[in-house]
Amino acid sequence: MTLLGGSFVFPSGAVVALTGADFAATLDGKSAVMWTPLTIPPEGKLVLGPTRNFARCYLAVAGGIQVKPFLGSASTHLLSGLGGYAGRALRKADVLRVGAPAKRIPVRTISRAVLLALMPRKVLRVTEGPQIDLFPEDQRREFFRSTFRVSETSDRSGLRLEGHGLASRGYGAMITEGAPLGAIQVTPSGQPIVLFVEQQTTGGYPKVANVIGADLHCLGQLRPRAEVRFECTSLAVAVSLWREQEKLLVSPRRLFA
Amino acid sequence: VLVYLGEEIGLPAHRRVLKLLQLLQKEPPKWLRNLQPAYTSLMVTFDACRVDSAEVEAELRKYEARAKTVRGVKPRTVLIPVCYGGEFGPDLDAVAKIHGLKSYEVIAHHTSQSYHAYFLGFAPGFAYLGDVPEAIATPRLETPRKQVAKGSVGIAGRQTAVYPFATPGGWRLIGRTPMSMFQNDRKPMARISVGDEVRFRMISRQEFLELESG
Repeated sequence: MTLLGGSFVFPSGAVVALTGADFAATLDGKSAVMWTPLTIPPEGKLVLGPTRNFARCYLAVAGGIQVKPFLGSASTHLLSGLGGYAGRALRKADVLRVGAPAKRIPVRTISRAVLLALMPRKVLRVTEGPQIDLFPEDQRREFFRSTFRVSETSDRSGLRLEGHGLASRGYGAMITEGAPLGAIQVTPSGQPIVLFVEQQTTGGYPKVANVIGADLHCLGQLRPRAEVRFECTSLAVAVSLWREQEKLLVSPRRLFA
Repeated sequence: VLVYLGEEIGLPAHRRVLKLLQLLQKEPPKWLRNLQPAYTSLMVTFDACRVDSAEVEAELRKYEARAKTVRGVKPRTVLIPVCYGGEFGPDLDAVAKIHGLKSYEVIAHHTSQSYHAYFLGFAPGFAYLGDVPEAIATPRLETPRKQVAKGSVGIAGRQTAVYPFATPGGWRLIGRTPMSMFQNDRKPMARISVGDEVRFRMISRQEFLELESG
């Protein structure tokens, strides 16, 4: 869910878990806890939103939401109308099917220490982009000193940033090439765009930097008008932070309180 | 990792990209996650938990050396029917005017040769085709359209492409095809694959409507 949330009725009940941003969730009128399994009685109603802090709240349902996987994924690609539920965002009165849950669902809560460690950051760590040399020295320094604002025209394909404009010398000289999730492209008008989950796979604008893997989850929590800064780090640091995060996420001993 | 195999858009550099792509697809290293070819480069995505980037680079150098001996596959030919101009190609007349040509001359140029499919990007099934004859090469629109109709055929510089979906887009639209460029119940899903040779064939409005409904 993004920013606004929604209301969900579970005719046969379910076990769910809420993670991500705080959307002031209530279950049948009572405040619902996050980061732990939540048992919903038959005809129970979960009401979420709007957000109290970050951009996205995730509702996980035991047994899984049943959609036909597309390319091995249950995600929706809005631009092409593929995958997920009818290839589009959910609307009022949609009915989602839920799979059979596991027989035993352990009741555990994500620890405070883990939540703190994975708290969305305001300063995103980046490595240098492949076209960093196309940007004059003073502009690069300015890029890392500036605070940007997430534009309201941002969507799942890219987060458009407002603020200090960048002008690359080599505009036009670059040949379109592959671009990864988290790449920060700079358009001819000087606007940086961070490629997001529904990104194009190639790009012809120079890339000044790349958000590191361990901070990609923070991109999904940036709201329109949120402020963000970038801090340069080395590839070696980026790799070790990523490995550390991946290890943490598969370690029940460290994840749960 | 981005592997650069040339500094100029053209067939020589792209043949090197295709050969390395083929070899990596045939004998994928265990750390490989994704391959994204482009005009002169190949983006190789790897699992950073399984391997160090130095090792990836060293292995890719070996692949690159071996790729030189890979025999290129004979390209498939894809023929795309296009109804040019009118409501289907709102920029045809403007493209003609820019080059001091008649509209039918632009169509004649566009259908005169086959195009090489360099890579797919932007949207599922969107193939970047080149090289468009210099005589009709036209820069993108100053302001992109918010919505381009599905099947639209556009020109951007010396590239041409078909929009597989209704998306925003800044290419100059000269026609439209009734052929579906992406279908998720077909294998491969995209009509055009990297390395294919693509030709355009002019059809009438009547033929367009028949093909579209058939």
